[in-house]
Amino acid sequence: MLEIKNLHVNVDGREILKGLDLTLPQGEVHAVMGPNGSGKSTLAYVLAGKEDYEVTAGSVTWKGEDLLAMSPSERAASGVFLAFQYPLEIPGVATMTFLRTAVNAVRKARGEEELSTPDFLRLVRAKAKLLKIDIEMLKRPLNVGFSGGEKKRNEILQMALLEPALCVLDETDSGLDIDAVRIVAEGVNALRSPKRAMLVITHYQRLLNYIVPDRVHVLSDGRVARSGGPELALELEESGYAEFGEAASGAAA
Amino acid sequence: MPAVQETVARVKEIDVDKYKYGFFTDIESVKAPKGLNEDVVRFISAKKGEPDWLLDWRLEAYRRWLTMQEPTWANVVHPKIDFQDLYYYSAPKSTEGPKSLADVDPELLRTYERLGIPLSEQKVLAGVEGARVEGRVAVDAVFDSVSVVTTFKEELAKAGVIFSSVSEAVKTHPELVRKYLGSVVPITDNFYATLNSAVFSDGSFVYVPPGVRCPMELSTYFRINAEQTGQFERTLIIADEGSYVSYLEGCTAPMRDEKQLHAAVVELVALDDAEIKYSTVQNWYPGDKEGKGGIYNFVTKRGDCRGKNAHISWTQVETGSAITWKYPSCILRGDGSRGEFYSIAISNGYQQVDSGTKMIHLGKDTSSRIISKGIAAGHSNNTYRGLVSAHRRAANARNFTCCDSLLIGDKCGAHTVPYIEAKNASATFEHEATTSKISDDQLFYCLSRGLSAEEAVALIVNGFVRDVLQQLPMEFMAETQKLISISLEGSVG
Repeated sequence: MLEIKNLHVNVDGREILKGLDLTLPQGEVHAVMGPNGSGKSTLAYVLAGKEDYEVTAGSVTWKGEDLLAMSPSERAASGVFLAFQYPLEIPGVATMTFLRTAVNAVRKARGEEELSTPDFLRLVRAKAKLLKIDIEMLKRPLNVGFSGGEKKRNEILQMALLEPALCVLDETDSGLDIDAVRIVAEGVNALRSPKRAMLVITHYQRLLNYIVPDRVHVLSDGRVARSGGPELALELEESGYAEFGEAASGAAA
Repeated sequence: MPAVQETVARVKEIDVDKYKYGFFTDIESVKAPKGLNEDVVRFISAKKGEPDWLLDWRLEAYRRWLTMQEPTWANVVHPKIDFQDLYYYSAPKSTEGPKSLADVDPELLRTYERLGIPLSEQKVLAGVEGARVEGRVAVDAVFDSVSVVTTFKEELAKAGVIFSSVSEAVKTHPELVRKYLGSVVPITDNFYATLNSAVFSDGSFVYVPPGVRCPMELSTYFRINAEQTGQFERTLIIADEGSYVSYLEGCTAPMRDEKQLHAAVVELVALDDAEIKYSTVQNWYPGDKEGKGGIYNFVTKRGDCRGKNAHISWTQVETGSAITWKYPSCILRGDGSRGEFYSIAISNGYQQVDSGTKMIHLGKDTSSRIISKGIAAGHSNNTYRGLVSAHRRAANARNFTCCDSLLIGDKCGAHTVPYIEAKNASATFEHEATTSKISDDQLFYCLSRGLSAEEAVALIVNGFVRDVLQQLPMEFMAETQKLISISLEGSVG
């Protein structure tokens, strides 16, 4: 379903991804782990189509199409969703308004009818309840003054509403306490489906106690250094990234 | 009441794609000879069959104007205007006859139809059968120099509200016009206001009697059509004791290569406990992408809270004009009076905006509030200029000012020039200002949720101006949001 081949990416003239290969079949959940600077977030941004990330070689095929040729909005319409590590604030725009604009933009692009206000409200209420999000929170301007947990839950709410086929979660657990991690993870697990692939990017193993992946890939110096089953994450928990991290920074220097 | 909504929406359907009001109506017009001299002033006055006192008033203004210099302090750049190269009076020929709807040139009616203004009272009434009066909008349409038709006049008359063109009011209510004309913006006020006093052609006149709440929104629609013609309309609104009126003006003009001058004067008078809410949606032709053509909008707007506890509120949405020079102000004369200024000024392309307000606190316990949102895109320049002053007798004067600027792109400019003068130690003036830029990260966040670049900018900008949008009459909010998106088209990506 998602096939990344020999991906090389430059940021500000510096090569971050150096020939990354990764295949994510439909219905599977893969975790991407790795030390800081190994290229995890770069991979997330490249998949979502952020500017200033220059692909110098390689390919990303998504549902048989060239993902890299698509604009960010086209990717969203085709089912790619990135849960941001640092969600952005938009003052003056009620979260609810943002959600509705996004849902309808994506529906329109997919050739579906826009949701009526009552239908939309019903949908939001149902999904918000699952994530223990208070509807009052959605009346506040998008992410403005939200706590870390609120921001991340809001990301997962968007994911639930946009019904993506590929979910990329960029360090969704960072900055969350254990209860918040559990709530977010439950929200993510509720979205696991045979029709949906997920790429869970995380620095720590703890998130994977709740979201149990089918495969784990360890990134080091812009490449997948090792792949394995869920037990690989546990192994890393014990041994740390020394084996990958130190080597990576040494090579980069 | 969808029919009502539709009627209202059509009145202010300001723009849906690009500048769609750039067409020109081929209509026979009567013009004064080009240029300006005493004879032209006399010509205008004679055309309108004005009484001697008004002609004298105009002539005095004209003579005064000859001694004045154009102001140069505004943060705008334009070639010197040749005031002898303009027509000062242009009227569609057919309106010289009786002014009932049936006598209006069908070509003119078609023009207003294209602008989305339903002038035909019958049609409007048919569309709102069973609807409540509050949902409708009475329209005064001003074409070049004259008012062509005013709707709902009879219904307003039942409430005692006078709503007509100024020329007509001079004939029907000379005592009111004479008493209030020039009482807020005197003929000596400033270069453009003085010019307007000499040659003003038409505009709207509103009088709301004591204790009356005007039963519907009043609206004026201004249209410049003729070539090389200045538009100098004059609007006078008087809210007598304890009355209330809400008034909205909209403006468009054809696309032309040469600049056109618009120098209007608006005077508001609010007596004891009266309230006037004045909203403007200004969409004059801004000029093309290279900055060619467009309207010079040099306007003097001032409200006088003449009575105690009077309340005047200005709301403006400025998206058009090549150059805007405009400071809707409040004189807070009555004790306990209140002035408000809510502004959204958007500039794109090569537009230049120098706009703001003056809050002059004279009475005791007066308060004012200024919320200004400037948005600059393209190569435009956007300046907020505001004065808040407290007279030494203005005990407990209070002001809150908030000026926010938003930049889109890196070739535009935003400037804030606040003047604060407090001559009374008990005055409390607060000033807040911010400048921000739509960040690439914010845009990317929206794009990654499926929004197009233009939807994203519109969303962020609408969030930015939300406080002010909420001040507009409900009926016009949605259209204004749309107008904001259109004004910013092509500003990203």
